[in-house]
Amino acid sequence: MIALYTLMEGVIAFFLIAGSIFALIGSLGLARMKDFYMRLHGPSKISTLGVGCVLLASIAYFSLLASGPSLQELLITIFLFITAPVSAHLLSKSALHQKLAYDSRTRGNPEELQDDDDERTLEEASQGSSKLP
Amino acid sequence: MLDFALKISVALFAVAVVLNLYRVAVGPSLPDRILALDTMYVNSIALIVLFGIWLGHRTYFEAALLIAMLGFVSTVAVCKYLLRGDIIE
Repeated sequence: MIALYTLMEGVIAFFLIAGSIFALIGSLGLARMKDFYMRLHGPSKISTLGVGCVLLASIAYFSLLASGPSLQELLITIFLFITAPVSAHLLSKSALHQKLAYDSRTRGNPEELQDDDDERTLEEASQGSSKLP
Repeated sequence: MLDFALKISVALFAVAVVLNLYRVAVGPSLPDRILALDTMYVNSIALIVLFGIWLGHRTYFEAALLIAMLGFVSTVAVCKYLLRGDIIE
């Protein structure tokens, strides 16, 4: 029984550390990437995975206690995993609607960014703003 | 071991929230700020869950559920406003 508790403690500690490292990498991508279309990748995928790991650790911890496993953590996990792609899709649609500037290495060339005359990359935008008085 | 892992995990999540706050303050466009706020909601849910593990009871998990729902609804509402100029048409 003691061995089971030690094993479960190791599993919970592993999930906690792994989840927080995932969330930190996602937020680092949000802070460091160059344009919006790159920045969307980190939070929408990696941060959700990190929080999922932490909620899994919470489920394991509270199922070890006397009160038994509960439904609330599972509800939060399912809700987060359903809503993260929807909000990422809406954010990318609004970014395409606003025709945000993009880096020249961003691939895909969506037609929403191509059909007008004043399409611009980040370099041209920064040059244009530097020419302004 | 669990105590130590919990402390490290809270510290890493705090750094992540500070990075999100940097993007909210600096972010050049409006979708950047919305994305950073959405990420901050998700990270704060994780912080509340960690606080619940620290205390050893489940009182605060309903607050985490509320933050998850309100964060999703507010992100969708602001995105719809940016897309259509109106939230409910």
